Amino acid sequence: MSATFVGMPAFPVAAHEAVADTTLRGNLRHATHTIRAKRAAAVAEVSDWAQLREAGRRIKDHTLRHLDRYLVQVEEAVTAAGGTVHWAADAEEANRIVTGLVKATGESEVVKVKSMATQEIGLNEALEAEGIRAYETDLAELIVQLGKDRPSHILVPAIHRNRAEIRDIFRSEMSRWGRPAPEGLTDAPAELAEAARLHLREKFLRAKVGISGANFVVAETGTLVVVESEGNGRMCLTLPETLISVVGIEKVVPTWRDLEVFLQTLPRSSTAERMNPYTSMWTGTRDEDGPSAFHLVLLDNGRTDTLADEVGRQALRCIRCSACLNVCPVYERAGGHAYGSVYPGPIGAILSPQLRGTASEIDASLPYASSLCGACYEVCPVAIDIPEVLVHLRERVAQGGEATRQGNKVVLKPARGHAAERAAMRAARWAFSRPGVLRGGQRLASLTRRLHPRTLPGPGRAWTGTRDLPPVPAEPFRDWWQRTPGGKEDAK
Amino acid sequence: MRVALFLTCVNDTLYPDTGRAVVRLLTRLGVEVDFPQGQTCCGQAHYNTGYRHEAEPLARRFAEVFGGYEAIVTPSGSCGAMVRELYPRMGARARAEGRGNTLERVLAPVVPKTYELTEFLVDVLGVTDVGAYYPHRVTYHPTCHGLRGLGLGDRPRRLLEAVKGLELVELPGAEECCGFGGTFAVKNPDVSAAMGADKVRNAESTGAGVLCAGDNSCLMHIGGTMSRLGSGMRPVHIAEILASTEEEPAV
Amino acid sequence: MSSRDRVLGRVRRALAGVPEDDTPYEQAVVRDYLRRHGERADEDTVELLAENLVDYRAVVHRADARDLPLLITRLLEARGSGRVLLPPGLPPEWTSAADAHWIQDRAVSTPDELDRVDSVVTGCAVAIAETGTIVLDGSPDQGRRRITLIPDHHICVVRVPDQVVSSVPEALERLDPTRPLTWISGPSATSDIELDRVEGVHGPRTLEVVLVSGDPRTPKAQE
Repeated sequence: MSATFVGMPAFPVAAHEAVADTTLRGNLRHATHTIRAKRAAAVAEVSDWAQLREAGRRIKDHTLRHLDRYLVQVEEAVTAAGGTVHWAADAEEANRIVTGLVKATGESEVVKVKSMATQEIGLNEALEAEGIRAYETDLAELIVQLGKDRPSHILVPAIHRNRAEIRDIFRSEMSRWGRPAPEGLTDAPAELAEAARLHLREKFLRAKVGISGANFVVAETGTLVVVESEGNGRMCLTLPETLISVVGIEKVVPTWRDLEVFLQTLPRSSTAERMNPYTSMWTGTRDEDGPSAFHLVLLDNGRTDTLADEVGRQALRCIRCSACLNVCPVYERAGGHAYGSVYPGPIGAILSPQLRGTASEIDASLPYASSLCGACYEVCPVAIDIPEVLVHLRERVAQGGEATRQGNKVVLKPARGHAAERAAMRAARWAFSRPGVLRGGQRLASLTRRLHPRTLPGPGRAWTGTRDLPPVPAEPFRDWWQRTPGGKEDAK
Repeated sequence: MRVALFLTCVNDTLYPDTGRAVVRLLTRLGVEVDFPQGQTCCGQAHYNTGYRHEAEPLARRFAEVFGGYEAIVTPSGSCGAMVRELYPRMGARARAEGRGNTLERVLAPVVPKTYELTEFLVDVLGVTDVGAYYPHRVTYHPTCHGLRGLGLGDRPRRLLEAVKGLELVELPGAEECCGFGGTFAVKNPDVSAAMGADKVRNAESTGAGVLCAGDNSCLMHIGGTMSRLGSGMRPVHIAEILASTEEEPAV
Repeated sequence: MSSRDRVLGRVRRALAGVPEDDTPYEQAVVRDYLRRHGERADEDTVELLAENLVDYRAVVHRADARDLPLLITRLLEARGSGRVLLPPGLPPEWTSAADAHWIQDRAVSTPDELDRVDSVVTGCAVAIAETGTIVLDGSPDQGRRRITLIPDHHICVVRVPDQVVSSVPEALERLDPTRPLTWISGPSATSDIELDRVEGVHGPRTLEVVLVSGDPRTPKAQE
């Protein structure tokens, strides 16, 4: 993925700072709690939510099961409609293709619709290296780009910023990129939106090349779908002469009719709306309406490796709604940056270590960045059992085993730093397999209970730094049971 | 009915009062309870930390020890969910790894007859008023595995509402995780502690003196946080509240 | 090896161990969700559309076909719109009462030219009551996508009840995927500041929807 994230520290280290940042905590708490209640209300409005969720899951599972067939069908349909299809095995290849296409137009700037796939591959940096400037046009992406920041949320990349911070960024940075912020700009959201409208308008009107992702690609028709709110998507998709869409291969749905499921579940799950303000659907090119050249770049970049994993492949059902982020207590406190990926939150914790592998410190720590509370699974509109995949990936990290990397089967060694834990788990299993040993340990603990401290040194501080230990009882239950016996002669 | 108490290793070692309360409560309701001495640990910590293969022998032992009973009752939402949700998954994974269906077959019998305590009371015994007396203001935290794993729903609430003298007050953000999460508590101590502190603050805002839950692992974390923050509140397992009577009140 | 072959080869290898499943697609996905949420009389469906449009800050008007020209005139005058863009196939009588500088969208019109327009008037392909959505499909009475995007004021005429469906599934059935489609639910908005919705970003900041009944001169939409 993007070079921005290379060398990220492990999740607990990054989260340590975030937890202590009271502004960030306040911003995230406010935003996630606002959307949580709204999402619940938007979902409760639909009496057949469970059926829609199940249909969504099945559509995606079926597509993934026959992905080769549907990708070929996409290629045929898009080509027949006047588009050109490119295939990219990894980020570098996708960047090379897009950069080449932009250069061929002779343009040195592009306008971009918010797209997770292009963030994932670090497209803006790749374009910059070739002298092409990419303007992000989604409001939150603009905030991130102007603030030289990193995205921290799938839907709202600037969720970590409050309105006052956004005003300050607009005031100080807009002039470097084009039209400056209006005089006397306040932090009223309507004024901030107006500032973005004015700043970006000149860019939209002169743009010759637009770059997007897509929420869905319909195999039978070759139709691409972009779901958005602001109208920046419509601008980028219709005004330029050339449109380049970079789309992960898992975005395919088989039929036109399948959209009836996702166009109901996606808006309610993401922005908690019955329907988002704008959805654009286009099939190839059309005379005198919209771009005259359309390129679709189909991106693998770790997706086929994920597909090869029996348990982990369900992560590819994701429609990027971000409901799991909004409901996650860990995300709310650690913030998106701690996940060291463009995909933060629970879905990021299972997606990043699969797309990138578990070799880096951050990727090996992500499967543990969850209390397994299950709130993410409950809200997921395509029923991804995120806790199940997290535990599965913990196993991969702790024990190693078979995995697929760049299309090849490999046997992973256990990650470093888990040797002591492995030994402890083994020892615990040994003791728990022998009730006598367990009882011996319990008795020893009870006999020495007056000597037990309520705080611990060394690694034990991870618990007792913030919490007291419970006192050890005078006798374990099993001794009481035998002594009384079975509670019948309980003299205490 | 031959009913076995699956107490869990944490309760056995650290919270014997909870075990005694379950025995008292079930005996009062006319249930004969046995505590199979061969029981140790269900393997949840191993499984959830990524050591599924280390958890397998513990699951086999569980099936062996408890297989002969008609019902297995546990005062722990998370250990109950381990057996009910994850044992079948463990079996299926073993099969997928080409190890046949032995594990699946061995574990299958204990899965449907394992009940979390409040489920057993409401669904099997069909009682919500267990004749308890507990004159305190109480707020209830539904633990994640009980709530979302086992789907306990309003069973604990109905039981608590029927307790004489008990004033049940709503916990703000009740359904949010307390931050324990097993080894999560030590692998991500900062986030875990922040979640725990928020849970305690929400609990304190209710004015209740007691925070009640159905899982001592979560209560160990919440209680340890309360104690460190100097909160006046106490964590109490729901079994101890339901076991309390006017004749023999719990403190 | 081409990247196409590489990616398709990886997909096939990834699925090599998965049991064959040749269930036809129609059977593989159980669609037991609702075609529409509740049964309603036509007028109630139109009422629901109006409610949901208003809920997302569209301005809703109702008119009889005979009064439509006057209403459009009034709406344009109220905004002081002097320069009004029209798609090529808009029924001429809709704008017969207004006195404005009518601008036809031409293929050679530049975005900058369109940016100097005050308002645009269009028809629509279908409207969805449950979500408060109007859908444009580029038919002659709606024009190219850009004409409903750049101007700040959009008047969209919906023929009721013919063009109104209850639900998203019903709308998709009526639409032709080969046409460029724009689904519009209220004026442009954003949730990007603190996840709270604010109206008015890049698209038209004022969306006025006219629900017009009883137009004998326009053909009925297919059921």
